[in-house]
Amino acid sequence: MQTKKCQVLIIGAGPGGYVAAIRAGQLGLSTIIVEGEKAGGTCLIRGCIPSKALIHAAHRFHDLAKHAKDSGHMGISIPGPAELSMSGMVGWKDGIVDKLNKGVEHLLKSSGAELINGWAEFQDAKTVKVGSGKDAMIIEGENVILANGSVPIELPFMKFNDNVISSREALALEELPKHVVVVGGGYIGLELGITYRMLGSEVTIVEAMDSILPIFDKELRRPLELFVKKNKIKVHTGVFAKGSEDTKDGRTKLFYVDKNAKEGTKPEELIADKILVTVGRKPNTAALNPTGVALDERGFVKVNNRCETNMKGVYAIGDVCDSGEMLAHVASFQGEMVAEIISGAKRAYDPVAVPAIVFTEPEIVSVGLSPEEAKAAGHPVIVGKFPLAANGRSLTQEAEKTGGFVRVCAREDDHRILGIQAVGTHVSELVGEWTLALEMGALLEDIAGTIHAHPTMTEMTHEAVLATLGHAIHTV
Amino acid sequence: MGVYEFKLPDIGEGVVEGEVVEWMVSVGDVIKEDDPILSVMTDKATVEIPSPVNGVVSKIIGEPGDILPVGEVCIEFEVDGDGNTSATPAAKEAVKVEETPKVEKATKAKPEPVAVKAAAPVSAPEPVVRAAGTKALASPAVRQRARQANIDLQLVAGSGPAGRISHADLDRHIAGGAGGATSFAPLGSSTKTKLTGTEEIKVIGLRRKIADSMMASYSSIAHFSYFEEVDITALEELRQHLNATRPDGAPKLTYLPFIMQALVKALRESPECNALYDDESNVVTRHQAIHLGIATQTDRGLYVPVVKHVEAMDIWQSAVEMVRVTSATREGKAGADELSGSTFTITSLGRLGGLGATPIINKPEVGILGVHNAKERAVVRNGQIVVRRMMNLSSSWDHRVVDGHDGATLVQRVKTYLENPATIFM
Repeated sequence: MQTKKCQVLIIGAGPGGYVAAIRAGQLGLSTIIVEGEKAGGTCLIRGCIPSKALIHAAHRFHDLAKHAKDSGHMGISIPGPAELSMSGMVGWKDGIVDKLNKGVEHLLKSSGAELINGWAEFQDAKTVKVGSGKDAMIIEGENVILANGSVPIELPFMKFNDNVISSREALALEELPKHVVVVGGGYIGLELGITYRMLGSEVTIVEAMDSILPIFDKELRRPLELFVKKNKIKVHTGVFAKGSEDTKDGRTKLFYVDKNAKEGTKPEELIADKILVTVGRKPNTAALNPTGVALDERGFVKVNNRCETNMKGVYAIGDVCDSGEMLAHVASFQGEMVAEIISGAKRAYDPVAVPAIVFTEPEIVSVGLSPEEAKAAGHPVIVGKFPLAANGRSLTQEAEKTGGFVRVCAREDDHRILGIQAVGTHVSELVGEWTLALEMGALLEDIAGTIHAHPTMTEMTHEAVLATLGHAIHTV
Repeated sequence: MGVYEFKLPDIGEGVVEGEVVEWMVSVGDVIKEDDPILSVMTDKATVEIPSPVNGVVSKIIGEPGDILPVGEVCIEFEVDGDGNTSATPAAKEAVKVEETPKVEKATKAKPEPVAVKAAAPVSAPEPVVRAAGTKALASPAVRQRARQANIDLQLVAGSGPAGRISHADLDRHIAGGAGGATSFAPLGSSTKTKLTGTEEIKVIGLRRKIADSMMASYSSIAHFSYFEEVDITALEELRQHLNATRPDGAPKLTYLPFIMQALVKALRESPECNALYDDESNVVTRHQAIHLGIATQTDRGLYVPVVKHVEAMDIWQSAVEMVRVTSATREGKAGADELSGSTFTITSLGRLGGLGATPIINKPEVGILGVHNAKERAVVRNGQIVVRRMMNLSSSWDHRVVDGHDGATLVQRVKTYLENPATIFM
């Protein structure tokens, strides 16, 4: 059996692993990265990128309907309603995914890292076997980076099948389901639920908590809740899914009960074409047992702020480790950092703030502390808001229709910015400035003293900061 | 006429390079053999290099502050006769071309010394008080630099709004002081004028050696400090008695020889404290011999001459040898041998002894003892306030290899010996 040796062995070519591999290659370390599927990981192949493509396409489709129906919205009319081909749309999405996948493979190659296709089977923490039979090979790394990522959580009483699907399948449906029931009103369920609603499916969301997207505060959620209501997405909160059953006509039935219902209460039923289960993701640690790395009580690989596990020379990054949020940009940052640490640099994972975006309609963006979190942390807090409805650029692209705003939270005494959040159409691209402001230790005066280009949505950041200081210009 | 190339000679055991402190000659000077031409600083000492020949200086390589590798040409002379370069002029050019960059490279390897503009309190901004209980504000680049230098940003004074820490603030912190606090514009009318001049002092020579070794120690050793007071009333009586009856030619005893002898006893009982830690190979070497470094301030800066084998000396020998090595060092006559090899260091500021200090360990040693002013103080003994002669000891330890318990034990042992001086001699 062929044996390969390298300085850096990376398991998983998602946004954590492939970035680690490219950086390690740039640093001149001999690097092998093993991936069982296509390079790009959940993010690129079956998560962030495909979902954003479908979201964009769904809104395009939905908007076209306005021009047909209202015959003349914006002075544009089309002769009849737009027609949807799901396979065409999914094909278009796959084209984007393929382009990015090829790009990643090319970048890996250019950096000198070797991409090996196959599932890695650990022999010990620093040795994996890839492939079987005469094609099998052993790869030994002086350093190992676990970038195994995460997988959708499957409900034990409602196993995945043709009709009970995860986000992965929801991004590749060849036929538009008439009724989609989404179990779990978190960000993945809402992004996909709204997408299918925009494409014309009937959508029902079943959520155990008392509201959808409970990780965000009420004020931020409100415009989203209004959009959901206005677009006739049905929401059942405070209920538990109990199981599903296929119907005779090839559809499926979801059973659910009120969370306060007594034992033995007859469950309610919902008939659906697809049940989309988005109750969260869990670290993909199934293959890690032979490595001996320690896991925390939730099953994540335990790491310190250098992403070092309990095994010397074995690192874990991204969704599989217990450091940082389960976000692609966290994984990439950690991947780059670990490659540099292996090369001898002194680095640590210590961000001031990690941006988080929900690509619903309207979008929700948060970086740093919300006012409630800031108060809970003991900060004396001042808050300022600015609505999209008062921003010229927002009006010109109809972004104000969903009633969004930008909200700034700062310390009252020294004016350091603690957090910025927004909800609204197209607000996601604003987050770069906010994250940089927090990382640079910006005060309200720093943003107030920065000229923001007109006409752009970034002016809202400026105005929300002025509002926090008590003197916004374009609002009263 | 020929050209005589002079290579920087081997100036001591294990010395591979030296820093130019001063050229005593310049191009065109007529030099006799053995005239001093160059002063070079090595890890161990400053050495004067004499001229090897009679001749005229034709070329000088390296300016004050530059590092010259041993064995590289540093000066050329025009001499009568053939000189020592048999090469043809063309071939010699080729040699020069090769050598010159080497010197430059050695120079570049060190940071530009003038970059440390620590001595500019006039222009240093005042630190801004950070809101209580908040994290230090600093950009990712500043945080990365601090991480690299093992600096906790919570301890750095920031001069930006809300106490934000800039690169300049970090520079000041590293240079040793937060800065800024001493410069206030006077309030109201004053006949005094504002001063705006600054003076740049090149950090070279011994100053830079001190800077480098202090930083090497401070940034790599996890220092902890421990303080104790010692009742030296009995020791003082003994010292007075010994001085009054001292043998002919013996020096007057200060406290230091007693402390040295007490250390000999205590270090034998705490061998983990008389050790050198090679943190690259992770080996601690405990020494039976006790070679005590004595931190000594000179006109040129701080040196640490060494009294070797104190364990084989009596108190008088300790005193004589300590006076000899420290005097030689002050006069610039100490050799490399006398300035290296210590296994433990004592630092005493003499009259500036003060109450306490947090001495920096003389790496690769693992501990250092600071000695402070002895004076009469009111202390409580058996419920009564009495006057006793008291002296404070400070110590710092390398917590990577010496735990608090061990460092404290050593100091307590020293204290016990000094408070019961007869036991030092048992």
